[in-house]
Amino acid sequence: MLREEDKIFKNLYGFDDWSLKGAKQREVWSNTKEIIEKGSDFIVEEIKSSQLRGRGGAGFPAGLKWSFMPKDSGKPHYLVVNADESEPGTCKDREIMRNDPHLLLEGCLVAGFAMHANACYIYIRGEYYSEASNLQKAIDEAYANNLIGKNACGTNWDYDIYLHRGAGAYICGEETALLESLEGKKGQPRLKPPFPAGAGLYGCPTTVTNVETIAVAPTIIRRGASWFNSLGRENNTGTKIFSISGHVNNPCNVEEEMGIGLKELIETHAGGVIGGWDNLLAVIPGGASVPLIPKSICDSVKMDFDSLKEVQSGLGTAAVIVMNKSTDIVDAICRLSHFYKHESCGQCTPCREGTGWMFRMMEKMVKGNAEVNDIDKLLDVTKQIEGHTICALGDAAAWPIQGLMRHFRSEVERRIKENRISEVA
Amino acid sequence: MPTITIDNKKVEFEDGMTVMQACELAGAEIPRFCYHEKLSIAGNCRMCLVEMEKAPKPIASCAMPAGDGMVIKTNTETVQKARKGVMEFLLINHPLDCPICDQGGECDLQDQALHYGFDKSRYEENKRAVKNKHMGPLVSTIMTRCIHCTRCVRFSTEVAGVDDLGLLGRGENAEITTYLEKTIDSELSGNVIDLCPVGALTNKPYAFKSRPWELHKTETHDVLDGVGSSIRVDTRGKQVLRVLPRINEDTNEEWINDKTRFAIDGLSKQRLDKVYIKNENKLMVTDWNTALKKIKDELDIRGKEKTITLSGKFTDTETIIAAKLFSEGLGSSLYDCRFDNAQIIHGESESYKFNSSIQEIENADSILLVGSNPRWEASVLNARIRKAYINNNCKIGLIGPDIDLNYAYTKISNSLSGLDDIKQKKSEFSKNFYNSKNPLIIIGTSAINNSQGAAVLKLCADIAKKLPNYSNALNPLNVLNQDISRVGALELGFVNKYFDENFIYNLRENIKINKPVIFLLGLDEIDPKTFEGAFIVYLGHHGDLNAHHADIVLPTPAYTEKTSTFMNIEGRVIQTSRCHNPFGEAKEEWKIFRALSNLLNCSIKFNNLNDVRKQLIEINKNFLEIMECNNSANLSFASAEVINDHNIAYNISNFYMNDSISRSSETMAKCTNEILNKAQAS
Repeated sequence: MLREEDKIFKNLYGFDDWSLKGAKQREVWSNTKEIIEKGSDFIVEEIKSSQLRGRGGAGFPAGLKWSFMPKDSGKPHYLVVNADESEPGTCKDREIMRNDPHLLLEGCLVAGFAMHANACYIYIRGEYYSEASNLQKAIDEAYANNLIGKNACGTNWDYDIYLHRGAGAYICGEETALLESLEGKKGQPRLKPPFPAGAGLYGCPTTVTNVETIAVAPTIIRRGASWFNSLGRENNTGTKIFSISGHVNNPCNVEEEMGIGLKELIETHAGGVIGGWDNLLAVIPGGASVPLIPKSICDSVKMDFDSLKEVQSGLGTAAVIVMNKSTDIVDAICRLSHFYKHESCGQCTPCREGTGWMFRMMEKMVKGNAEVNDIDKLLDVTKQIEGHTICALGDAAAWPIQGLMRHFRSEVERRIKENRISEVA
Repeated sequence: MPTITIDNKKVEFEDGMTVMQACELAGAEIPRFCYHEKLSIAGNCRMCLVEMEKAPKPIASCAMPAGDGMVIKTNTETVQKARKGVMEFLLINHPLDCPICDQGGECDLQDQALHYGFDKSRYEENKRAVKNKHMGPLVSTIMTRCIHCTRCVRFSTEVAGVDDLGLLGRGENAEITTYLEKTIDSELSGNVIDLCPVGALTNKPYAFKSRPWELHKTETHDVLDGVGSSIRVDTRGKQVLRVLPRINEDTNEEWINDKTRFAIDGLSKQRLDKVYIKNENKLMVTDWNTALKKIKDELDIRGKEKTITLSGKFTDTETIIAAKLFSEGLGSSLYDCRFDNAQIIHGESESYKFNSSIQEIENADSILLVGSNPRWEASVLNARIRKAYINNNCKIGLIGPDIDLNYAYTKISNSLSGLDDIKQKKSEFSKNFYNSKNPLIIIGTSAINNSQGAAVLKLCADIAKKLPNYSNALNPLNVLNQDISRVGALELGFVNKYFDENFIYNLRENIKINKPVIFLLGLDEIDPKTFEGAFIVYLGHHGDLNAHHADIVLPTPAYTEKTSTFMNIEGRVIQTSRCHNPFGEAKEEWKIFRALSNLLNCSIKFNNLNDVRKQLIEINKNFLEIMECNNSANLSFASAEVINDHNIAYNISNFYMNDSISRSSETMAKCTNEILNKAQAS
């Protein structure tokens, strides 16, 4: 269990004051000037050696991503914070923004400075009304106290932070669709290359980063990369906020060490599975788009990027969705398919046509109104989408179904057979 | 040069090429739907996926820049599976109504499904149906067939410059729409039909008329504006069923305007197919011999040497040379082609040509339009100006009344006084104009169709000479003529100083006094009252305006019915082909003049088309090379004239019905009603 002093998000539950006064008591903005004065290379190197991986789902090494920003491009650089947290089951960024917004703002300055940016856009999900309101108040406070703005924190670095509210489309959480949306266009992912670090917002070098990744950066610099990577294990270091939801006695957000056992995580922090551990059916360990894992894997799996990849799932956003045996697992995945069908932007063929097809086939599977070889057809369709689309939404739509069939194919086959029998009768 | 390995074959490629283009160099065919050379890259159909070494996923070859040392595989199992998958996705919601689809036989989806698709469908769910959208009288929509490639959207926003098309909704519910169910407000709207890879957008007037394999296809050129766009004419029997653009980077790129494409129904209406003679104020059918005899008699009575010959909008150079030689044989040099009173500097070809070449517009970073509405005068040329506007941030200045060009422009003045502004570098635009790298001047007919026309040309030449890009190789002075016949006729000297400054007045005065025989070579742009007192011989193919007032009507073939030589606005020699035989008794004009000269004993030397063309080259060497233009940059007539103020009025009032062919076209009448009249009403 993570020691209290190793926690980065000290006000995750909002028990303390979220405003600047409270934040300063939690050491936020305490020595920002010193951090900045160490220089941008130092910051990037420190993040690199901390082995921090992006908290938005893909788990790309953060320091490496920041280092992609050109040193001298002659154009303005932008930091864009992806606060469009829409992945079903995920609610970690929300807590950061409403209970510790200054942690994020300080991170924006440090990270933005490290990538030579003078402006930062925070693209917040439209539904997060009170989060946007708190964050805006925090931005105003920071401006008023000269923490950002002209000569931010007395570092001679000008830094502006703008808050932009989205309109609630899931796809706008995809980094390039987010940039399109931010530019006032329809939120549709761009083709890559060019990558945002080369041509991002308004064609200028841009880094798009998740809220949590940015928010942990100042603490990492303050306490040192070696502290951060002493937690967790190689390449899966540090702490992480887990959002535990579903059939648990005490759904919650909790900051824990990377690599904590899934069972331990659920039992210690979420009050255990409703009906006891043996009543567990399956867990979706990283938000709606990663494949589920059945209880047999849950018994021993560790919650980090590489461990979950080994069991053909993923850490994603670390949104743990727990399902006990009362769950209609096929219907649950079918509901996710509906979500992806609804949220597909319609730009590229496999996702536009495939998500609807998959959902309709899943609907049939729920009732068992299909043939056994329809399962293979469905899997084949998921394979035809996976890896063939412009953005990762296609993959995200395909994986839950692949996970279901990998572990619960017998359940689907049973339904098909039973449906047959009832039809004959 | 960098090299790339494609299917184990090394090829060199130019920097900036995409993987798809490199694959084409290597001879590997890549299927595609959304990619189009002239449009921005969307990369959304996913049909062009190929495998790249070291990449975890297949890549969209249309969007991936080719890199040195890349290893690409286009024929692996992964690639084939990906193509099959995409093909299946495209077809699941496609209605597969090929038997009743106009695109059948020339459909990208059909062809590629055959090569890359499954042989049967695995889709058991209900198909999606999409409501059709109203896109006006030219484009018919069956939106259920749409595969969302967005070519039409990209064309209309990028090339045509209108935001009338877009993709609304998302996911399965994404639909191409005109938002407000309105006609696309562009003269280039018909091009979306060619761009659509499926049968979602089809040619409305051509609907259910024919299958592509039933058509006789002839490569030729358009004559309805001065550009001379390369086209393909599809005919069945004596009916021209449709016109499609051909790629020609010099003139029309890959586009044609809606008049070129859709005015063709006018070719089978109001046609003159018999010889007529006026008898008691009524035109009666007669035969060639009687008609020619009557002309001879009239010439003898009224005086051969007083004969006036005037050319029209579509007069080819063969006709011009025959008419000129005939007229000279009669002892008259009263011939002219400037019925719109556009002035020239005599003996100076630079004063009536588009000297810089159309292609040069793409490099322009500043363009001065003097009394020209290029959108209506030469729509595909206007698309180039828009291209320069988008690619080079080209600044456009306008001397003339406000018009809706599909790019932003700086208004300088309503009248010719704006030239003074440019001359004296008064306004911001004028100052920048001289300082830009590649400025061009485009003079429209409406600026020079008055008594000051020659002075305007001289002054503009003077300005052009002071421009930084003026050199032996480049002449920034351009005159934008509206008709295909004009430059050719002027090059052949089919012009008489007598008609300078005020064409109509001079003509009327002459007719009042001389009461001559007048040959009208398809000229319908002048009020028939002007000719009162003269004996009118009308040679033409449409019973439009002047044929009704003629004393003799001699039928001639239209541009799709004969092979002719024209010179486009640049002075580029283009040769059209005969797509089908002429109607009724129609005869080529040169044959008519040859026959007349026999009767009248004036010596004309040619006996066949080759002879006529030899004469062309004899008079003007520029006719020697087809598709070439030889332009100079002397501007020896440049002088800093002082121009009196004169309000400019554009001389085209209706783009869609601007000549005898389009005035006979039902489709163009519909366009006038639905597009122009509606726009004026709103």
